Amino acid sequence: MYRYIVRRVLISVPLLIGISLITFGVINMAPGGPIGISSDLNPKATAEYRERLKAYYGLDRPIYVRYGQWLGRMAVLDFGDSFSPDGRKVWDKIRERIPVTLSINLLSMATIFLIAVPIGIYSAVRKGSLFDRIATVTVFTGFAVPTFWLALLLMILFGVHLGWLPISGLVSLEHDSLPLAGRVADRAKHLVLPIFLAGFGGLAGISRYMRSNMLEVIRQDYVATARAKGLPERKVVFRHAMRNALLPVITILGLSVPDLLGGSVIFETIFAIPGMGQLFYQGVMSRDYPLIMGILTIGAFLTLLGNILADVGYALADPRINTGRTG
Amino acid sequence: MSRPLRPRAVLSALSVLVLLSACGGSGKEAPGKGTAASDAPAHGDAIIEGSIGDISGFLSAVTTDASSHEAAGYVFNGLVRYDKDLRLEGELAESWDISPDGKKITFRLRKGVTWHDGAPFTSDDVMFTYRRMIDPKTPTAYGEDFKQVKRASAPDPHTFVAEYARPFAPALASWGMHILPKHLLEKHPDISRSPLNKKPVGTGPFRFVEWKTGEKTVFDANPAYFEGKPYISRVVTRVIPDLATMFLELKSGGLDLMNLTPLQYTRQTETAEFRKSFNRFRYLSSGYTYLGFRLSHPFFKDSKVRQAIAHAVNKKEVIEGVFFGLGQEATGPYKPGTWPYNPNVKRYPHDPSKAKELLAEAGWKEKDGDGVLKKDGRRFEFTVLTNAGNENRAKTAAIIQQNLSAVGIKMEIRTVEWAAFINEFVKKRKFDALILGWNITPDPDQYDVWHSSKTGPDELNHIGYANAEVDRLLEEGRRTFDTGKRKKAYFRIQEILAEEQPIVFLCYPDSLPAVHKRFRGIVPAPAGISYNFIQWYVPKGEQKYTTFRQ
Repeated sequence: MYRYIVRRVLISVPLLIGISLITFGVINMAPGGPIGISSDLNPKATAEYRERLKAYYGLDRPIYVRYGQWLGRMAVLDFGDSFSPDGRKVWDKIRERIPVTLSINLLSMATIFLIAVPIGIYSAVRKGSLFDRIATVTVFTGFAVPTFWLALLLMILFGVHLGWLPISGLVSLEHDSLPLAGRVADRAKHLVLPIFLAGFGGLAGISRYMRSNMLEVIRQDYVATARAKGLPERKVVFRHAMRNALLPVITILGLSVPDLLGGSVIFETIFAIPGMGQLFYQGVMSRDYPLIMGILTIGAFLTLLGNILADVGYALADPRINTGRTG
Repeated sequence: MSRPLRPRAVLSALSVLVLLSACGGSGKEAPGKGTAASDAPAHGDAIIEGSIGDISGFLSAVTTDASSHEAAGYVFNGLVRYDKDLRLEGELAESWDISPDGKKITFRLRKGVTWHDGAPFTSDDVMFTYRRMIDPKTPTAYGEDFKQVKRASAPDPHTFVAEYARPFAPALASWGMHILPKHLLEKHPDISRSPLNKKPVGTGPFRFVEWKTGEKTVFDANPAYFEGKPYISRVVTRVIPDLATMFLELKSGGLDLMNLTPLQYTRQTETAEFRKSFNRFRYLSSGYTYLGFRLSHPFFKDSKVRQAIAHAVNKKEVIEGVFFGLGQEATGPYKPGTWPYNPNVKRYPHDPSKAKELLAEAGWKEKDGDGVLKKDGRRFEFTVLTNAGNENRAKTAAIIQQNLSAVGIKMEIRTVEWAAFINEFVKKRKFDALILGWNITPDPDQYDVWHSSKTGPDELNHIGYANAEVDRLLEEGRRTFDTGKRKKAYFRIQEILAEEQPIVFLCYPDSLPAVHKRFRGIVPAPAGISYNFIQWYVPKGEQKYTTFRQ
């Protein structure tokens, strides 16, 4: 097992470098560049200014030199400085967004699992029942409805007409002057709509996955055995069937790791949430290369980490998985 | 919300970032008369604005986006600014003299002005700002105007003198650049990396309180402001990237001010409920949209063809269909109601038969009954480009497409992502025609857009316009401070442009801000509504935010 993990980690290093090489190439080949943001169609921006700015950001050097420099900095975990006029450290910019995105994603993921897993199990056990059909239609509706449209409708209902919930942002303007309980309630209120929407949109995946896993497991001989020896149906479903059906969910959990930090651009734009998605979008629009590379590298790292975790977790939970261990 | 800071001609595609473009004609829809005693001006309350983009820094020398310039406008001052009629007036400069030969500007600075940290403002600060503007270590896009200065001097703490090799009229407006505090920035060779770019200290009407990145910026009224403490005690700008969300926030009371879209103005704010809480304003924005041609293109070389297209395009339909009637037909590159605008130029009323006539004179004739004109075996077909994501331009293109097909011209529409559009098509001159917009700067110098020397890949005369008389007049206009002479030059330029139609001037869209009714003292002027922001107030009894004060 130990050797398996070490091997996986070692393989990840060249993989990570390969990913960074490709992303670095791609963003540098995209039309436009950081200089264009301030100089395109700006009559005050002279050729001399463009050259000076290029030198300022180090863009006058060939791309392979720049990649080498970037890699050198990354080796000591230095993400460099943003190309935005504030010139802040990329890591500072990312760090201040992490709590927001992480907490929202954890909450919505928890919501999704808590609701989707029971739906999936129940749908499988009562396959073809009214519940199964309603649940199927509901989760697919959530999956199919454009989030931004539903978000606006809910904002109009709960924000404008009923006035129960705030429309956008993370906290209200009075937040800082509220007592602790008030601050918690304020935050919670702001999170209701985003998390409901994220949950509604995400139910379909997990619940359908759970349902089909469950259906497969229920057909297995050992479930029939359990039933045959006269166990109550509840025990059959939860003790024998569900535990096995949940196994593949570990994989999904592992693969969800990168999503924890990858904010959604659409969500954060509609709800004016200052998270990673917005930061990344801004970075791309202003061709802020160090920032884009920083976020993509973190994303790539988390993806690889999630894969390893999923494999290891699966191997631990399911003895049938061969980890290359001899004997 | 800021005053026009400096002449900038940035494409209006970028100015979508401006929440409230600070220029316009006139026309307030709802009267906000305040004569009753309960309406007396009072200090207090906060105004909550929305902005679709976060700022990128507070030192406007190194930022180029509208949100940042707006925010900086609360904290900093320039030597000069534009008044409500878009004429230059003193801000940190009490007054100025221009030597008779136009080469020397002497600014007399206000006395008793202090920085927000209490240090006195002097001519040293102006000198420091000038030096930083020409310093190669400063990543500023606005250095060029300051490099024109041959010699700068500060003979005493309240006088600053700038001498130029040649008279240069736009130079005066360039002194609207925000003056930086020398005592806080001296030690930072690169001002963009200084703490002041994140926590500014200026001389302006508001003091910086906080900047929560991606979320909001907060400013408090400066009690020591040299023009008096602003009535509104706090300004909060919230970042709300989505315009639909912003509008819902406005309706639910979460925002006090936003610029409406024509659709929102005509269809979504007509309710009694909205009118009860908000005043809507309407005045010309400072920009125009146009259909431009690559003038080296064989079809568009001939001015008759361009004139024909001007007659074929139904500008009224564009204004009705795209802007819901909230705009004016454009006749040239200046804004109606301002001094450089020439109202008596040749106009091109919608007239398809006249268009056909002109096209026939130019040799374009319908021959085989397929509805498309031909000349020397070529069909009159071309592609118009515009940037993706700008719905107004796409709609404009669709209307023009229909207008042109009525006279036998086949036009294809292609939308391209902004950066690719600029870099791959505009800069490389790979286009037949394009639909774009220009901002109209308060200073009429448009040398960069129309002069025949400005046709390099990174330069702005991308249509390749060249007219010797216009070249001469542009030069004349920028080399004198005499408004009468300048006016004459720019009037003539407009006549020539109207005659030659190097581009078809389409429309001046309106600015449509909505402001919560509790705010009084708003008087629309050619400069918009924000020029007297420090005089806006909320009567005591109507103040909404009263608990935020320490």
